[in-house]
Amino acid sequence: MTVQTLTLAEKIIARASGREAVRPGEIVTCAVDLAMIHDSGGPRRVKPVLERLGVGVWDSKRVVVVSDHYVPAFDAESAAILKLTRDWARDQGIENFYDQQGICHVVLPERGHLRPGMFVVGGDSHSPTGGAFGSYMFGVGATDMAGVLVTGETWIRVPETIRLRWDGALPDGVSAKDMMLKLCATLGMDGGDYQAVEYSGTTIAGLSMTERMTLSNMAAELGAQAGLIAGDETTAEYIRQAGGDPGAFVGEQGDEDAPCRVEHRFDAFALDPQVAAPHSPANSGSVLDAEKAKLDQCYIGACTGAKLNDLQMAARVLKGRKVASGTRLFVAPASTRITAQAAADGTLAALTEAGAILLPSGCGACAGYGAGVLAEAEVCISSTARNFKGRMGAKSSQVYLGSPFTVAASAVMGHIADPRDFLAEGAA
Amino acid sequence: MTGTAENTGRAWVYGDNVDTDLLAPGAYMKGPVETMATHCLEAIDPDFATSATAGDIVVGGKNFGMGSSREQAAQVLGILGIRAVVAKSFGGIFYRNAFNLGLLALVCPDVDKIASGDALSIDPAAGKIENLTQGTVIATEPVPDHLLNIVGAGGLVPYLEKKIKGAA
Ligand code: SF4
Repeated sequence: MTVQTLTLAEKIIARASGREAVRPGEIVTCAVDLAMIHDSGGPRRVKPVLERLGVGVWDSKRVVVVSDHYVPAFDAESAAILKLTRDWARDQGIENFYDQQGICHVVLPERGHLRPGMFVVGGDSHSPTGGAFGSYMFGVGATDMAGVLVTGETWIRVPETIRLRWDGALPDGVSAKDMMLKLCATLGMDGGDYQAVEYSGTTIAGLSMTERMTLSNMAAELGAQAGLIAGDETTAEYIRQAGGDPGAFVGEQGDEDAPCRVEHRFDAFALDPQVAAPHSPANSGSVLDAEKAKLDQCYIGACTGAKLNDLQMAARVLKGRKVASGTRLFVAPASTRITAQAAADGTLAALTEAGAILLPSGCGACAGYGAGVLAEAEVCISSTARNFKGRMGAKSSQVYLGSPFTVAASAVMGHIADPRDFLAEGAA
Repeated sequence: MTGTAENTGRAWVYGDNVDTDLLAPGAYMKGPVETMATHCLEAIDPDFATSATAGDIVVGGKNFGMGSSREQAAQVLGILGIRAVVAKSFGGIFYRNAFNLGLLALVCPDVDKIASGDALSIDPAAGKIENLTQGTVIATEPVPDHLLNIVGAGGLVPYLEKKIKGAA
């Protein structure tokens, strides 16, 4: 009897569903290792369902609650949402409640909650971020989440795997964000077809965890259910630092010969910085071909683009330079812990001395929730994941996407600019 | 069980990429979902919301329900009495939301063979659609019992309610 070979996604789903093996297309029920919810889609939406059913959460230790969307409260309504979140977490006895400590997708691994092999459900569309830690993590709607919170399990249609292999080293000034914009342009926003994307290759092996998180995060922009990277020593080291236990699944990979839908290969050394024109991440191309659009605002923020690495990239460009007059640069570090780290290593000083304005850690302007939104017809370049029409503010505003390097270089010039010019100068 | 009134409905056929904004237009997001339902698909078919009757079946092409995670996209079809959506493929979150909100979603490679107005009789467990108008049968991916039970109960919440209260 031959043993069925399995992809990484199939291995995790097989374990979570208590089977030896699973096949794409099968619908199986999985035990959920961890559920994460935030203030916007969480307590205020699931509380009425739990009340109707007359039950609490299945296991308060396996639920993580993060307040990040409406933080800090900017009106009575958002304050009420935050209060409801706080009260509900207390009533349900949830110890892992991070109130205004940063954006959920960043706080979750930062506090050691993720490890390879876990099956995790998140109440947010960028939940695939957890895939960077080798967890099968995906986003669900509120009713789905209520079901998970009550039963501790959920059903899943076993996905096919789409392999995205990157080889070679990234040139200086080019980052994971550029890789993702390239993938969005090449595969389109439905290229992931709600299957599991798996990133591999020598480029990925050489990336830090924060850069890997950018890849998994934007698997959502490819329309994939999950964006997996097999756990390795880099993963294990990050988890140990975060105070977590890397567990026994580290080093576990998909079987080399496991059937997948398709494998695409890319060269990292040949990649230019990428810029996405309004209003889709799929409208991406080389910065060399991008229109030098004049900018009202530059934004470094979100789970996608304001991790410590991201702030350091921006600082390398901005150190000793100034934000151009006529534009403004906002920096909203993705978590309070990142703010502290960036303060300690001089990154924050480099940013603020250049004229950057610091905003609170949270979703902020990324989805038009908090401070830093755009007026009608304003133009912005942002390190966030999505530039859908009207998402960052007024309907007629225009948002370009780029890496933190590119956003910083553009802030110095006042228009979209190639960061490599600055890094070369700086090195000279 | 073919051709009985209980499982027969009229087909409303649309193309690829019917998105969540077409199904649940954002402009009606703040109002009651019942109002939103009266605007369902109006941008591509003004007759749909007013003329669809209980038991009708929506037929789409590729990537039906693509876009945001808003559950209303599935909910409004339920409010209009739609029995099922049949499509070549579905936006993943819509597919999940559909079952959770009590709406059948059937994956069918041969939707091109269905014409608007055809009378369809569906058998989700067996994975087949009988086209009574054309006298043909086409295959769908069978829906597993687990999901049929959720839809049968009217969605995930009533399903869990039954389970929890039934067990008590
Ligand atoms: S920062 Fe933006 S993309 Fe990330 S969770 Fe918040 S709203 Fe979503």
